[in-house]
Amino acid sequence: MSQRFPLPDVGEGLTEAEIVEWRVAVGDTVAVNQVLVEIETAKSLVELPSPFAGTVVALLVAEGDTVDVGTPIIEVSSDAAAAPVVEPSPVVEPAETAPVETASSDSGSVLVGYGTADAGATGRRRRRRGTPPAAAPVAEPAPPGERGATAPDPGAISVPAANGNGAAAQGRVLAKPPVRKLAKELGVDLASVTPTGPGGIVTREDLVAHAEAAKARTLGNYPADPSDPSDDAPDADQPWLATGSVSPDGRRTRVPVKSVRKRTAEAMVASAFSAPHVTVFHTVDVTKTMKLIAALKADREFSDVRVTPLLIAMKAVLLAINRHPEINASWDDAAQEIVYKHYVNLGIAAATPRGLVVPNIKDAHRLDLLHLARALADLTATARAGRTTPAAMSDGTFTITNVGVFGIDTGTPILNPGEAGILAFGVIRETPWVHHGKIKPRWVTNLSLSFDHRLVDGELGSRFLADVARVLEDPARALAWA
Amino acid sequence: MAPVADEQGLLQILDPSGALVETPENAAYRARIAHLGADDRRAMYRDMVLTRRFDDEATALQRQGELALFAQARGQEAAQVGSAHALAPQDYVFPSYREHGVLHVRGVDPIDRLRLFRGQDHGGWDPAEHNAQLYTLVLGSQVLHATGYAMGVQRDGLVGTGDPDKDTAVVVYFGDGTTSQGDVHEAMVFASVNDAPTVFFLQNNQWAISEPTARQAKVPFAARGAGYGIPSVRVDGNDVLACYAVTLEALERAHAGGGPTFIEAFTYRMGAHTTSDDPTRYRTREEEEYWRRRDPIDRLAALLTASGEWDEAWAAGVAADAEALAARIRTQTRELGAPPTAAMFEHVYATPHATVAEEAAWQAEYENAAADNAAYEEATR
Repeated sequence: MSQRFPLPDVGEGLTEAEIVEWRVAVGDTVAVNQVLVEIETAKSLVELPSPFAGTVVALLVAEGDTVDVGTPIIEVSSDAAAAPVVEPSPVVEPAETAPVETASSDSGSVLVGYGTADAGATGRRRRRRGTPPAAAPVAEPAPPGERGATAPDPGAISVPAANGNGAAAQGRVLAKPPVRKLAKELGVDLASVTPTGPGGIVTREDLVAHAEAAKARTLGNYPADPSDPSDDAPDADQPWLATGSVSPDGRRTRVPVKSVRKRTAEAMVASAFSAPHVTVFHTVDVTKTMKLIAALKADREFSDVRVTPLLIAMKAVLLAINRHPEINASWDDAAQEIVYKHYVNLGIAAATPRGLVVPNIKDAHRLDLLHLARALADLTATARAGRTTPAAMSDGTFTITNVGVFGIDTGTPILNPGEAGILAFGVIRETPWVHHGKIKPRWVTNLSLSFDHRLVDGELGSRFLADVARVLEDPARALAWA
Repeated sequence: MAPVADEQGLLQILDPSGALVETPENAAYRARIAHLGADDRRAMYRDMVLTRRFDDEATALQRQGELALFAQARGQEAAQVGSAHALAPQDYVFPSYREHGVLHVRGVDPIDRLRLFRGQDHGGWDPAEHNAQLYTLVLGSQVLHATGYAMGVQRDGLVGTGDPDKDTAVVVYFGDGTTSQGDVHEAMVFASVNDAPTVFFLQNNQWAISEPTARQAKVPFAARGAGYGIPSVRVDGNDVLACYAVTLEALERAHAGGGPTFIEAFTYRMGAHTTSDDPTRYRTREEEEYWRRRDPIDRLAALLTASGEWDEAWAAGVAADAEALAARIRTQTRELGAPPTAAMFEHVYATPHATVAEEAAWQAEYENAAADNAAYEEATR
């Protein structure tokens, strides 16, 4: 017997969630309460424990999909013989190894959530008034013949389809059994096909035309090799296309905006169009900083940490903030107040596999160089592992973006919302430079500082950047200012 | 980080390593646990383990769509089980919404406790059967109810009779956030001036959802009792023996007609506020780790081991009981089915009402139509 697990509402009144990571694969044996999948809701990342014991028959939704509450996400076959002991999850305590659920309902109905609501009504009956109460029977069982499909399953569309497309909104898609079978083989969700048959039936021609149009094609300028017929699946080396849909002519892919990308966009729009940005630039000879780095690398005390130009730049920023604390502040538009922070939570922009994150080092102003280096290493490792917490990203007071690692000289960074300054640290190049009256090869970099002109004026921004530069030009300056 | 300074002056009998502490301050309380034997301590351990297993299973069921919401008691088992063990059968309990350990000890069936969280019922059990009121989700209302009930007990002549089977007290449970509600003030004023047999049992679990206790009080909560003329004690809430002892003292006072007591049990909510909450947004891993090392169950297990009261066969039995409980919760919670929709119309008015009757009929018709639609689709598939 196989059972389906419909996506529950894990908060109070959430309507959808994004599938972040499957922890099981088809063919795996799972125990009751073993973690199946990590999902991300509007509120948090949540792990879902299995309600069943058995063998995974199908994962019905893909990582990256945003799925409506009530949509079946996994199918598990509860064959008693196929359920040996599985290491229970540390989150939800020991799981039963025996399949205790064999007697339970096959419908997989969820108690909480949005169920089928109006979608179950095909329009045969009109409601007497208003919107019907959202009670309604939930996710009906799929017909046996359609079990085990990995493609989006026509049997599941009495639940409001994840895409909210028109066909699903009208209810069940009409099609003859051979067409349904073909749709399953082609991996096409019938609800996405435009029907032309009598009474809105999806015909074989409709289906074939849809499948043809949706096929990804190799273009002349596509990175894939057009002469290689096996290389028609660009998703493998182009992960950003994986969740998109290809246009009928194959020349464009539309990818829904979500999670980190969405939050980045919102933050950048909020910042760019509320804080008037001014950017100032400074080119500086950092040869002495490079010598300091070489010396620190040889220092036994620093043997277990990475000493980099970024680390010295962070220290320089902290010293400059100490001399110009007014820049370490935030504009509270609602209260019409400027909030001056007496601590520095130093943000470092980090490119991660999931996108841009800006975790910050809490109370960085209290840290000496060695502890700053350790904090930077921790922050970087956590970000790379994709484990940066919301708390680590909140309450930043100043940010550094290290564009130099990409070989770039400088830029005009956009402020992290709620902060008044952001420093872009450029690449360090060996450059002909006038030094003591002669042209010498020197290590030179560019610094740029964007600031919020509502609370920081040109004078303050310029003096601040000049002070950062003075420390990098002559790190001994730190002795005078520390 | 951990409020180490806040822990100064906590009444403690069992320290975090599981060792017994002997100080002049706790001498009177040590006397109150002197009559406890190995079986009593093992019973406390078993109740704490079962409470946690209930907690974990209910959390999993919420993640599986079987419960609308759940509030974990994880970390607060000692405060709840210790205080509940001190109760006499005739004493009465007013819980908040997280007192699963107290209700477990009072014998309220685990499935009945989950009916509210499934949206099945507004209550779940008969309070008179267990002398345990229903879960209360409105913050602080139960504190007033408890004091009113205690004043009723007093007027029934069930206080100060000297008969241990007759004298009755009322214990009310609430949290640090609730102390900021006006209800708590009113209840403490009435309890104090009337010498009501109320035991105010505050579980200070450090967080009112995302607000730290620093946002509720500038002094230890227990210090507030003095302002009402209510004897107060601040106890290590992760020490089951100390929680038992202070509750017993408070009950003795209430039974004898000595009036209310205010107990602050200093503990920690190890889980989220509810299944809708994400504590990583407002507290650090270091803090959680600090309290994980102060787990109340580990502490009692260490004592049982050191005193030779730990028995492997017995412990395996407890673990098996916990698993059996989890299996029963899984099965029987699902068997509750969908919440009955007709019930929501039944108790709106005491007498029949035309509008409600019309709405009930419409709902019934709607549900029938939905069933018809499903059948139609099945037939025309």
